[in-house]
Amino acid sequence: MKTTKFLMSAVIAATLFLASCKPKDADIQAAVQAKEPAGITVVVAKGDVTLTGEVADDAAKAKAEEIAKAEKGVKSVINSLTIKPAQAPVVISEDTTLTKNVADATKDFPTVKTEVKDGVVILTGEIKKASLITLMQHLSALKPKKIENKLTVK
Amino acid sequence: MALQDKYKALTDAAIAAGITDLAVREQDGILYIDGTAADGATKDKLWEIYNQIDPNFTSGDLVLNVNVAIDVAVTHAKVITQSSNLNIRKGPGTDQPIVGKAAHNEVITLVNRSNDLWWLVRTNDGEEGYCYAQYLEPQA
Repeated sequence: MKTTKFLMSAVIAATLFLASCKPKDADIQAAVQAKEPAGITVVVAKGDVTLTGEVADDAAKAKAEEIAKAEKGVKSVINSLTIKPAQAPVVISEDTTLTKNVADATKDFPTVKTEVKDGVVILTGEIKKASLITLMQHLSALKPKKIENKLTVK
Repeated sequence: MALQDKYKALTDAAIAAGITDLAVREQDGILYIDGTAADGATKDKLWEIYNQIDPNFTSGDLVLNVNVAIDVAVTHAKVITQSSNLNIRKGPGTDQPIVGKAAHNEVITLVNRSNDLWWLVRTNDGEEGYCYAQYLEPQA
């Protein structure tokens, strides 16, 4: 009887000891979350870490996994991070197309002189304040690299 | 990043206005904002904000290309020149001969909008040709 009791308490003690020694999920989660860059969500269940969110590239994805794996108490890492899709570069009109379109767009603004060079539309001359927005709207639709506005606004 | 901060009020307004296909990209020191607005008023509102941030558009650090969405079902457009008649040309370009004119505020028939800048139209008199799209306002 005594032996059984002793064994029981030994088992309980051992369980408590082990439990206190093994990091809790919440603690692991907090620790990993603190080390991961912003935008990554860390969830821990029974020592299994799940990473979700969006990162810039493969390297960042791998790095996030390493950080999680290095944490004490982590059994495995489920890397569900996604890579942010790259934005398509801005399309700029060819000078020949742009020159023609700029001429069309500014036909009704006789006081405005234009020059097109390497995708940049340079505006000189003068314009009435009320017409400036219209002119800029027309030109911005032509896919220029830049509109250099040197107009004198009256 | 500084440019995106400078025009944050504009991009926030674009998001709030529900601009579709909104793309905000920075390339070689210039910010490009592209998208489609539901109507002309929304587009004009964004341009007002742009004008507030960069009075008279003198900085040359933003290209704001927001078009107005057009329902495919739309068949008519109003001539929105400042006061003059709108030239109707044989082909898409100001180098093309003038084949007719549409009056200011006249509502004309849209035949084809496959060219973004020049729309093929037909007047009530039956004249057909190309008009500069910026001077046409699609009628719902």
